[in-house]
Amino acid sequence: MAAVELRHVEKRYANGTLAIGDVSLTIDDGELMVFVGPSGCGKSTLLRLMAGLEAVTGGEIVVGGRVVNDLPPQQRNIAMVFQNYALYPHMTVRGNIEFPLRMMKLPREEARRRLQHTAALLGLEPLLDARPRQLSGGQRQRVAMARALVRDPAVFLLDEPLSNLDAKLRGEIRAEILSLQRRTGTTMAYVTHDQVEAMTLGDRVAVLNGGVLQQVGTAQTLYAAPVNTFVAGFIGSPPMNLFHTTVQRDTHGVLYMAMGRHQVPMAAPHWPRLAAGAAVPVIAGLRPEALSCVDGDSRGPVIEVMVRSVENLGHEKLIIFLPPLEGGLDNTTPWTARCQPRVQVVPGVHTSLAVDTANVIFFDPADGRALADQWTS
Amino acid sequence: MRPVGGSGLLHWAKYTAWYLFTASCAAVFAAPVVFMVVGSLKPDDRVLAEAGGWRAFVPGHASLQNYHDVFARVDFGLFFLNSAVIVGAIVAGGLVVNSLAGYAFARMRWRGRDALFAAVLALLIIPFEAIAVPLFYEVSLFGWRNTYVVQIAPFVANAFSIYLFYTFFLGMPRELEEAARMDGAGFFHTFFRIIVPNARPVFATVTILSFLMFWGSYLWPLLVTSGPAVRPLPVAVAEFKTLPPLKWGDILAFGVMMVAPALLIFVFFQRWFIRGVVSSGIKG
Repeated sequence: MAAVELRHVEKRYANGTLAIGDVSLTIDDGELMVFVGPSGCGKSTLLRLMAGLEAVTGGEIVVGGRVVNDLPPQQRNIAMVFQNYALYPHMTVRGNIEFPLRMMKLPREEARRRLQHTAALLGLEPLLDARPRQLSGGQRQRVAMARALVRDPAVFLLDEPLSNLDAKLRGEIRAEILSLQRRTGTTMAYVTHDQVEAMTLGDRVAVLNGGVLQQVGTAQTLYAAPVNTFVAGFIGSPPMNLFHTTVQRDTHGVLYMAMGRHQVPMAAPHWPRLAAGAAVPVIAGLRPEALSCVDGDSRGPVIEVMVRSVENLGHEKLIIFLPPLEGGLDNTTPWTARCQPRVQVVPGVHTSLAVDTANVIFFDPADGRALADQWTS
Repeated sequence: MRPVGGSGLLHWAKYTAWYLFTASCAAVFAAPVVFMVVGSLKPDDRVLAEAGGWRAFVPGHASLQNYHDVFARVDFGLFFLNSAVIVGAIVAGGLVVNSLAGYAFARMRWRGRDALFAAVLALLIIPFEAIAVPLFYEVSLFGWRNTYVVQIAPFVANAFSIYLFYTFFLGMPRELEEAARMDGAGFFHTFFRIIVPNARPVFATVTILSFLMFWGSYLWPLLVTSGPAVRPLPVAVAEFKTLPPLKWGDILAFGVMMVAPALLIFVFFQRWFIRGVVSSGIKG
C-alpha cells in the first residue's frame, strides 16, 4: 500500500489543449479517493497519468514516496480497472487473472495461491474456466477487479468501472468495491461522472472541471461548504438552487436577502462586519432541503411560488417551480424544493415555501467563489 | 443480399429466380475448375473431343493415368516443393513483418510515421510489372538469381498486407494493450500474447490473399530462374505445356495438383477469412 501525491501535475497535448492544469492533491495510504466531474473534465486523463499510460507535461506524480514520472506503467506497481473491463477475450477467467502473475514470473505455487485467494475474495471460483464472453456484466467487472487485485498493487485505479452496468447491479457492485477496499486497505483512485456514486464511495471526493481541481473534501464538506458555484451546482441531486441577488443590512442590524418581491431576513451570523445600508451583490445558493413546504407552524421567512410540477418519490416530494425572481436570467431555471410526502401540492397552483436562511450559501458574482467571510467576524 | 417482401406465389417466384440467378453465376465460375478436374481424369484423346459440349463436364472412362504420366514425365515433387518453400516463406515471413509494421503504424507514435505510411499506401498503386526490371537489376547485383531468396525476399513486406493489418489493429480496443501494459507486459509480450490471438481473422485473410497471390506467381520466377532446381509450379506448368508430346489430359492433371493446395487453404481459412475481410473494414 502507498500514498499517491500529485504535485502541480499538468497535461498539455501536442496541439496545445490543456487537459489537466496544475493539480495538486494527496491520496493517503489506504484511502479511497473519488474523482468526479462532468464529461471531458480530465478525470480519466488524471487517472491515466497516474497509471503511466500518458506522460505528464508538468509537475510530479509520487507513489509511495518515489517520483514515478519516468517509469512505465508496469514499474509503478499500480493496477487499473478499465471502463470496458478490457478482459482478454481469448483467455479464460483463470488466464486473465493469472496473466499479471506470469508477467511477474512468480513461482507456480505462489501464483496458484494468489489466484485462489483472489478468486475466493471476489466469488469467482465457479467461473474460472469460463471465457469473458460467457459472463454477465457484473461478473466481467469482478474478473477485471480480480486481475487488478491479484498483483497486490500499491495503488488501485478504477476508471468509471460501473458505467456499463444497470442501476441495480451498479448499487450491488458499488457496495462490493467499498467492502473490498475496506478489507484489503488498498489505496484507491476511482473515477466517475456520477456524483451519487462519488458521494457514497469516497473517503474524500475530488471535483474537477475543465482540467482544474475545484475542491477536495469529504462528501459532507462538498455538500455543505462548496468552494464555488460549480461544486455547489454539481454536487447534490437535485442540484443547489443558485441565483443572483443582493444582501443588505438595515439600521437594526438585520441582514436581508432579496428574492423577487420578498426581502428575506437572514439568520445570524452572516457577515457581522457588513455595514448597514450597503447592498452587496452576491450569488446565493439554497439546497432543495432549505426550501420546504409550509405545514402550518413553519417558522422563518416564507415565499410564495407557482408550482410547475411535482415528483413524488415516495419518501419525499420534489416541488419544481420557477424562482420568485423578477427580471434577469435567473428566473428561467427551475428550482427544486423538498417536501414531506404527505403534503398536498398540485402543479399550476401557488404554494408557500419556508426558507431556511441558516443554510444559504453566498458566492462572489465576479468569480463564483464562496464568500469566505460570510460566517466569520 | 436477397429479395425480400411479397407473399405466396410471387414470393416463391422471386426466390426461385434469385436462386437460379446465383446458381448460374456459381456455375460460370465453377465451370473451368470442373472442366479441369473432369478432363484430368479422362483419356487424352477425349479431352479435346468432348471439350465443346456438356460431356466435357462428365467423367467417362475415368482413371488416374494422366496423374501418373505427369509424375513420369517431370519432377513434379520438386516443383511442388519449390512452390511450397517459396510461398510458405513469403506467407510466414509476411505475417510477422507486415503485422508488426501494421501495428507500428496503427498504434505507436514515432517521428515520420504518417509520411512513411503514406509512402506504403502509395506502393499499392504501383503495378509489379513497373518495378520488375529495376528489381531484376538489383537482385542480379546481389548475385541472387536462380535462388529461393530472390523469389522470397522482395515479397515478404507487402503494402496491402500492412494496410489490412493496420485497419484491423486500428479497430481493436486500445484498452486491451493498456491493460496488458498495466499487467506488466512489455511490447513483444503484448503483441504476441494479447494482440495476435485476438487478430486471427486478419491473419487468416492475409494468409489466404498472400498464398493466392504468390502460389500463382509467374512473371518474376520466369525472370529470375533459369533451371528446374528452384523453379515453382506456375513456370513449370508453362514449360510442361511445351514439352512434347502435347497431352491435354496431363496438363489438366498438372493444373489440378497445382490448384488443389490453394483450394484447401481457402476452405480451411474460409470462416476466418470472411470475418477478417469484414472486420478489416473492406467490404467484400
